Amino acid sequence: MDKKLKRVDLIFSEECVCKDVLTTSLKKSNDDILKDILDSGLRGRGGAGFPTGLKWKFTAQETSEEKYVVCNADEGEPGTFKDREILSRVPLKVFGGMAICAKIIGAKHGYVYLRGEYQFLKAELEKALVEFHATIKELGFDFQIHILMGSGAYICGEESALFESMEGKRGEPRNKPPYPTIAGFRNKPTVINNVETLVYAFMICRIGTEKFMELGTTDSRGSKVFSISGDTPIAGIYELELGMSLEDFVEDFGDGDTKAVQVGGASGFCVPRKKFKDTIIGFEGVPTGGSMMLFNSSRSMYNVLKNYVEFFEEESCGQCTPCRVGCQQLKIGIEAVKKGEKSVHYLDTLQKLADTMKVTAKCGLGQSVANSFSSIVDNFKEEMIY
Amino acid sequence: MANTVNIKIDGIDISVEAGKTVLDAAKELNIHIPTLCYHEDLCVAGNCRVCVVEQEGAKNLVASCAMPAQEGMVIHTNTHKVRNARRHVVELLLSEHNADCTKCYKNTKCELQDLASEMVINEHMFLDLVPEKNYTVDKQSSSIIKDDSKCIRCQRCVRTCHELQHVSALGVAYKGDQMKISTFFENPMYDVVCTNCGQCVNRCPTGALIEKNYIDQVWDAIYDPDTHVIVQTAPATRIALGEDLGMESGSIVTGKMAASLRKLGFDSVLDTDFTADLTIMEEGTELLTRLKKVLVDKDESVKVPMFTSCSPGWIKFIEHMYPDYLDNLSTCKSPQQMFGALAKTYYAQKRNIDPAKIVSVSIMPCTAKKFEAARPEMRDSGFQDVDLGITTRELAVMIKQAGINFQELPDEKFDSIMGASTGAAVIFGATGGVMEAALRTAYEIVTGREVPFENLNITAVRGMEGVREATVKLENVLPAWSFLEGVELKTAVAHGLTNAHQIMEAIKKGEANYHFVEVMGCPGGCIGGGGQPIPTTPEIRRKRAEAIYREDEGMEIRKSHENPEVQQIYKDFLGEPLSDKSHWLLHTHYHKRKRV
Repeated sequence: MDKKLKRVDLIFSEECVCKDVLTTSLKKSNDDILKDILDSGLRGRGGAGFPTGLKWKFTAQETSEEKYVVCNADEGEPGTFKDREILSRVPLKVFGGMAICAKIIGAKHGYVYLRGEYQFLKAELEKALVEFHATIKELGFDFQIHILMGSGAYICGEESALFESMEGKRGEPRNKPPYPTIAGFRNKPTVINNVETLVYAFMICRIGTEKFMELGTTDSRGSKVFSISGDTPIAGIYELELGMSLEDFVEDFGDGDTKAVQVGGASGFCVPRKKFKDTIIGFEGVPTGGSMMLFNSSRSMYNVLKNYVEFFEEESCGQCTPCRVGCQQLKIGIEAVKKGEKSVHYLDTLQKLADTMKVTAKCGLGQSVANSFSSIVDNFKEEMIY
Repeated sequence: MANTVNIKIDGIDISVEAGKTVLDAAKELNIHIPTLCYHEDLCVAGNCRVCVVEQEGAKNLVASCAMPAQEGMVIHTNTHKVRNARRHVVELLLSEHNADCTKCYKNTKCELQDLASEMVINEHMFLDLVPEKNYTVDKQSSSIIKDDSKCIRCQRCVRTCHELQHVSALGVAYKGDQMKISTFFENPMYDVVCTNCGQCVNRCPTGALIEKNYIDQVWDAIYDPDTHVIVQTAPATRIALGEDLGMESGSIVTGKMAASLRKLGFDSVLDTDFTADLTIMEEGTELLTRLKKVLVDKDESVKVPMFTSCSPGWIKFIEHMYPDYLDNLSTCKSPQQMFGALAKTYYAQKRNIDPAKIVSVSIMPCTAKKFEAARPEMRDSGFQDVDLGITTRELAVMIKQAGINFQELPDEKFDSIMGASTGAAVIFGATGGVMEAALRTAYEIVTGREVPFENLNITAVRGMEGVREATVKLENVLPAWSFLEGVELKTAVAHGLTNAHQIMEAIKKGEANYHFVEVMGCPGGCIGGGGQPIPTTPEIRRKRAEAIYREDEGMEIRKSHENPEVQQIYKDFLGEPLSDKSHWLLHTHYHKRKRV
């Protein structure tokens, strides 16, 4: 069957040897590598899309005896499972990306913060680490990577909560500023990147900026690993070029009856069928950390939404008012409307509440609850009521 | 010159010191931004989100308490967007809050209620979450009631307990909708490391943490014709009580307080100052005795430095955290407990009253005093020595209940016996005060001369620095104290338990070499006690301390050993300091407690 979308094979490509890339990269000047990463237009693959080169540059500019590079492997967004695959198949590329970053910013220690539920990956990762440490020792580069386990809280994927957790404290997001590039782990300048971002940075060092920029669009350079699930006959992990239209995506992956796609997991946006054509997957359109959930007409979007708000109600750290109480209100609010205890107009009150959460919550968790809430309530209002 | 940044708030340009927040800058401009989780004494949490403002160019609103002012920032504090957001935040807090305000001890003194009132919230925008919450109320502590249904999770108490007090009895448990402020294994407050200091109570914006009040019990005792109800008032109450009765911070209300207590119906209005002076006699003698045993007799069983023992928060702290140092504590009971033991013995005999009929009430700046009064070892008179300990705040409530026009009251004096005071006793209320009072007396006992400081003011031990040190050289001593000739008496003062922790760690590591250490559990000493009027800020504590020293300067007698009633009790009843009778009534022992 002809596919509309271009499959890419960068992340998992077998031909690349970690040691070769490191040998070349460690010889290059920091400025040259940084320029490559900046020019490539690589943006964070965790979902927020901050330019990776800038993050590295800011951290490199800080003066500090101690700096850190942290790999955020706390993959917890519902519907996302690509980091697990990357870590199990190409861990050396992840470590390689960390080493290159460490060289640029001047870090001697790196940490992989591994999702609690990925405990089963730890033994293999540690094996790969032995190989990696041997390689960089041979190359004369002073850098150690440590693996720290998360304990199962979704909020610890938020970078500052992750640092708190790494420091042995309760995983609660910090006030920003200061940002991690100035005060991250142990309040030292820190680069924190998603697993996939580190691999792309590594691959840019391997294939060069131009080759990477051949893929994607002006705002969304390169390719991305997608975790595709839901009502699709071919669920799984796919590396695709960024900037595709959702219509093409659904044509490739849908079951012929797709009524909505949740782009970016519970904290992302729900796109209904009528908007597939005009929706670009990328930073200029609807960005995603990788999760693409397809829903066909047999699904109740009320149940989908309720599932999401229940998730947030439980996974909010609970410290800030808009998120802690807002999530509870959204949940019992849609239940009350569904049961007829509250009129349909109460949905407008809840929409306004979601808008407030977006602008007042302390961190990305509370701020993004409105994404799925508003997009589902807006597009599937009748399913909320009847 | 310090670095400054220029920002604009509500159209007004202002230049502020770098590192200041948007909230600080707004305060400088007298622009009011509502806050809840923010407290001047604590690190910034930025979790309530009530103080959000609009920053031009920013996608989201920013929490003004947590946002550093940055060059060129343009801030709006009063836009439609800001108003809606704040309203939502308050509505959300109310939906989780047991808003049965008329049944709340903090009714009309609640920061959440104030905000709701300011926003004119007539009906709730959101659904009531309280019925689903299974909130619990912990009333088991003798000092503090913790009512989770009133909690807004601002974590002021958690930060207080951790940062100011280094106790961490309170922490955050669970997450999401289940998130709550709790204790180790959710044990009741009486069964954890809580020192009962009440600093959390002082900072709780709502009624979630309050003192256990004994107002009705005190009224019952007063109205009971068969009882003789006596009242003692701690040094720090007289410079703070006025705040709860419409007066400025730092007002001295000693005379009005005595008058109001008489009006309330207490049979005898007495002063803890009397036993503060007595404490100096006992503790000063104990210190000199210890020094003799250590320096002359080389008795290794005697421990120095000696720690003061007046502050029940500090006592419970050391019992939990540093039980190996219990022998370093002075065996002196606190002034409250000395008073209690004497009230039902000495006072009862002198006044010819059956001690069984005496109800002994204390007015304290402190919540830990409630616990202290209830300690099982505090029954040396044969009865519970102090029956009811109430806070400065509770007294203010009683004065209002009685319809007394406090500010118009003429000054009255304390009754006698056990009502005489000195300047030395008054300064017990401020950090460094016990040390200063002790030095005034001990120096004179040893040398026969007054302390060599202008106007008796030992300024080195005063102030709000967390830990202060002072060395006093003893020269030309009297023959009886010749072993102290040339000794440099090394002293230190700490207030707030985080500073106590710091001093204890230094002692533990052998880095500090003191003879005598004063520790007060609360920031600022008793003037900042957990039972004092709310709010408390560094500025308010500074004013209260100034008032304490003003009161001292105004006293005729400023040295404990010159208190005539103290001289009299030794003559008539106790004999001499550290006598058998003193040991029986005025001294105590301590217990190791678990550290969870």
